[in-house]
Amino acid sequence: MEILLIIVSAIFVNNIVLAQFLGICPYLGVSSKLSTASGMSAAVCFVITLATLVTYLLNKYLLLPFGLEFLQTIAFILVIAALVQMVEIVLKKVSPSLYQALGIFLPLITTNCAVLGVAINVVTKEFTFGLPSHMLGLGEAVLYAFATSLGYGLAMVLFAGLREHLALNDVPKSFRGVPIALITVGILAMAFMGFSGIA
Amino acid sequence: MAVQSNLKSMVLCLTTVCLVCSALLAGVYAMTKAPIDETSARILRESIGAVLPEGGELSEPVAAEVGGQQSEYYVLTKDGAPAAYAVKSCVPGFGGTLEVMVGVTADGVVYNTSVLSHQETPGLGAKCTTDVPFMEQWRGFDPAARVLAVRKDGGDVDAITASTITSRAYTLAVKNAVDLVRSLAGAAPTDGATGASVRPAETQNDGGQDNE
Amino acid sequence: MEDKTMSKFQLITKGLVKDNPTFVLLLGMCPTLATTTSAVNGLSMGLATLFVLVLSNMAISAIAPVVPDKVHIPVYIVVIATFVTILQLLMQAFTPGIYATLGLFIPLIVVNCIVLGRAEAFASKHSVGDSALDGLGVGLGFTLSLTVIGLVREILGSGSAFGWKFLPGDGMLAFVMAPGAFLVLGYLMVLFNKYLAKK
Repeated sequence: MEILLIIVSAIFVNNIVLAQFLGICPYLGVSSKLSTASGMSAAVCFVITLATLVTYLLNKYLLLPFGLEFLQTIAFILVIAALVQMVEIVLKKVSPSLYQALGIFLPLITTNCAVLGVAINVVTKEFTFGLPSHMLGLGEAVLYAFATSLGYGLAMVLFAGLREHLALNDVPKSFRGVPIALITVGILAMAFMGFSGIA
Repeated sequence: MAVQSNLKSMVLCLTTVCLVCSALLAGVYAMTKAPIDETSARILRESIGAVLPEGGELSEPVAAEVGGQQSEYYVLTKDGAPAAYAVKSCVPGFGGTLEVMVGVTADGVVYNTSVLSHQETPGLGAKCTTDVPFMEQWRGFDPAARVLAVRKDGGDVDAITASTITSRAYTLAVKNAVDLVRSLAGAAPTDGATGASVRPAETQNDGGQDNE
Repeated sequence: MEDKTMSKFQLITKGLVKDNPTFVLLLGMCPTLATTTSAVNGLSMGLATLFVLVLSNMAISAIAPVVPDKVHIPVYIVVIATFVTILQLLMQAFTPGIYATLGLFIPLIVVNCIVLGRAEAFASKHSVGDSALDGLGVGLGFTLSLTVIGLVREILGSGSAFGWKFLPGDGMLAFVMAPGAFLVLGYLMVLFNKYLAKK
């Protein structure tokens, strides 16, 4: 039951883009075509889950025991940057086809605040999911990160689909480009508000 | 203009920068630790002061389980007998944990309440810190004479407009605190059931227009 | 001499309109959307970013000549993360209320593309003094945009301005919540485009 709540809450109710405002820059940047949007989503999904796993362990077994919480931000961003580089190198060697698909998005991910945002949230915030509030365990944390990134993918793919249609329409001059995109996201966010109260 | 990028210079540069930055941070951390602790202690002190009657002597924190959650309370002693308790009560709100300091006099009447921290939606649930009628109704709320539940659930608590979940959570926090004080005083809890059994998210089934 | 003071002046003012980080360069969207629930919140977030921008710009322009080219990004990120953490600690100590409101978005200044962008594009090539002015200018532009968005959302959403309530009732709550952020930013951008087109 709790697993289901985590998933529903992370994907729909607290959607990372539409409710938490994380990862907006790439969201607006690469969502004009469905194919790039799904490629970016897959890359983000991969990195968020992996980064959360690593930073969670780093925080629990290195930073906390030595009282170094104040190095959290610095350590996390370095780990994420290194991780992204490593994923890039490994993918290139192991699976060139996957690298072809995700490769160009990987360097963009270091500065995607969704990754750092989820990593920090997981180790500093207490979550409720309808239960007494508690810090997440490792399993829950990774599941939460994975579900959150699925939510990112969902919002991204939905929006890319909308934008492909939008491109065919005659939009007033001052609205063209980002403004109309933002207004579209606003309406999408309104639709997602309908999910609140579920979990 | 930059230095040649060879392995030695790169490692040297990164190491130096990391060391200098960590040292700088450790210094700032050591300097701000005292003010940070003092600030959080002051916030706690002020909220305890706000929810308890004046005068008397305040105890050190006592660990206790409030509504199934590990928490703590403070005892205000007047003329040698406990006069009131300030209970830190944590419940799941709409956006995350809602932490409320609840002052309850020894006879089980709520003296006042104050929010310690919350993650409710600005403009909706976050009004539990600014909505005057909502906040003021807790002053002198007597759970023996009135029912500790929001009006929608058949109680006597006026909810914040469009924020039933937050109001329910807040009410639960108060109820858990009152129950603790009653059990300390040796009396039965407000309705015989455990306070934690009312889960705010699940009890919303009336299909109203509430957002939270 | 006249020419030089003019250029220093321009360093500060160009961020306000011509190179406005929010409306023109579309940088730092996440904090822009997430923290502008009221004018005061927007202003605080803007000032927090300004603080980091000025200091990191100065530090980076000072160390840039001795940083090997291949590692300059990680070095800059570490420097920025350091200033962000300093800011975080100072805010926790002296302005706990604002810190609690802005929450996660303070550590996330690290991945705000404005900061790294200015470091890379300006600070690494200019003197310490000019870099400080550039950080100040861009920071002021960012602060201004955030305050304006916050003000509009506060007026529409809660009928008040800078906490001073002048309209009775609750206002249109949607503007305080997620959809309103996207809509207000979208429409403000339209107005900005119109204004720039007229000029």
